[in-house]
Amino acid sequence: MQFTAGLRSLKLVAVLRGLRFLRRSVTSGPRMDAQSTSAIAVDRLVKLYKGVAAVDGITFRLAPGSITGLLGGNGAGKTTTIAMIMGLVTPTSGTVSVLGARMPDERYRVLHRMNFESPYVALPMRLTVRQNLSVFAQLYAVADIDERIAALAADLDLGEFLDRPAGKLSAGQKTRVSLAKALLNRPEILLLDEPTASLDPDTADWVRERLEHYRRAQGATVLLASHNMTEVERLCERVIIMKKGRIEDDDTPQRLLARYGRETLEEVFLDVARGRAEQHEAAQ
Amino acid sequence: MNVSDSGLDFSFNRVAAMVRRYWYLLRSSWPRVLDLIYWPTVQMLMWGFLQLYVAQQGGGLFMRASGVFIGAVLLWDILFRGQLGFSISFLEEMWSHNLGNLMMSPLRPVEFIAALMIMSIVRLAIGMIPVTLLAFAFFGFNLWSLGLALAAFFVNLILTSWAIGIFVSGLLLRNGMGAESMAWTIMFLFLPLTCVYYPVTVLPWYLQYVAWSLPPTYVFEGMRALLIDHVFRADLMVVALAFNVVLFAAASFAFLKLLQSARVQGSLLQTGE
Repeated sequence: MQFTAGLRSLKLVAVLRGLRFLRRSVTSGPRMDAQSTSAIAVDRLVKLYKGVAAVDGITFRLAPGSITGLLGGNGAGKTTTIAMIMGLVTPTSGTVSVLGARMPDERYRVLHRMNFESPYVALPMRLTVRQNLSVFAQLYAVADIDERIAALAADLDLGEFLDRPAGKLSAGQKTRVSLAKALLNRPEILLLDEPTASLDPDTADWVRERLEHYRRAQGATVLLASHNMTEVERLCERVIIMKKGRIEDDDTPQRLLARYGRETLEEVFLDVARGRAEQHEAAQ
Repeated sequence: MNVSDSGLDFSFNRVAAMVRRYWYLLRSSWPRVLDLIYWPTVQMLMWGFLQLYVAQQGGGLFMRASGVFIGAVLLWDILFRGQLGFSISFLEEMWSHNLGNLMMSPLRPVEFIAALMIMSIVRLAIGMIPVTLLAFAFFGFNLWSLGLALAAFFVNLILTSWAIGIFVSGLLLRNGMGAESMAWTIMFLFLPLTCVYYPVTVLPWYLQYVAWSLPPTYVFEGMRALLIDHVFRADLMVVALAFNVVLFAAASFAFLKLLQSARVQGSLLQTGE
């Protein structure tokens, strides 16, 4: 027992040292070059609300075609980060670049190549699913709107409620419709904020499978904010863990598990969320 | 940065998409349509019968100028309902939590505003055309007989209503649903100051300065000149138009500043109270 605990402590210290090295290497890298080749480049991003940091100097880059999980508890800064990437929130300092366009100033250069899904927004309830999708398809200048809606309906199994008002759908059906809206314009950048929140395990698994399929088929870059560890573990090839607006760790799921000496990402997340890594370091 | 990057370009296709969205909504809800007609009808009937009563009691002005109250209430409704039509369409996005979807789509603010202006006219037409016909049926007052003068009145009133609607939308973006009551009540500030039912000379001298700085005042004075003295005051309409251009530009500027501030405050993400 003592030997195992000691080994874990050593591993946690190694994690923290690795983190510091990672931060140094990320912030001192060739910024402009990396920005131009990244699908999304976030550089020393800060967002303060009345002096309180919602996002506190984060830096990361996402390679084109990658799928990354943004993990963190409530108030970690995930949604604010995504909102700044979408150009919905203006950063206090730092920069966000999406497909080479600086957000939010140059957002209209790239918004038609992006899309998103979030529990903070909904589709008009009185409009039918078909009407909603058709309006958004027109906003995104989608060619062959009827054909695209039919394809999405087949792909996401919307057929039976395509002509039903969006407000009369179940939570699972609404999520599928939101996903259809997010995929209407075949986005190169797909931002997902808790895409499977409030879904039963079966529907959630089905949604994950569709997302995986879309990413593979289109080569899209996906950033997924979640606190569902199973989801992140299954979908993501890279995980960024946020806490109190900062990046606490950033690596592949496998390397994170190995570094923290844990079996699941949930355990890693709990170590980070409860500050066990720091406690162990202090004890050392 | 080119025009496209700055968001200053304009797509009729995106405007059409938004108009379609509001049209679908209206079509799906008969209470919404009924609401457009109900209150203007009640107002018109109440002021019409009041005018009839005053005229029967020997009111000289009302004997000379039949329809001055009904005319005033119908023109006031163009101003009030024009702004309300604009603001309610905007509020529909907040009520349905759809604003985030729109703000993160390629829809430009100027296209959004254009769609809201079109819907304000559509809603106004649905409400006002039946009411003008009822005014003719009940009181023999034919608003349409004002011809070109009506067109001049309409243009000036709708421009003011849009300017106020744009400003209120900016407040809603910046302050969320906490500013909702402004959408319903702001125009009532114009009711006493723009002298809808009485001439400007009734006001104390200092309020007359305020009244003459508001474009609708010129319209209501112009209407009284037409109905009482049978003179069309084109000069008043030109001054009203000039004031409207300034008001519209100021409201658009305020809207863009409030939108910018909403992005800084993060209030586009949370559009609740």
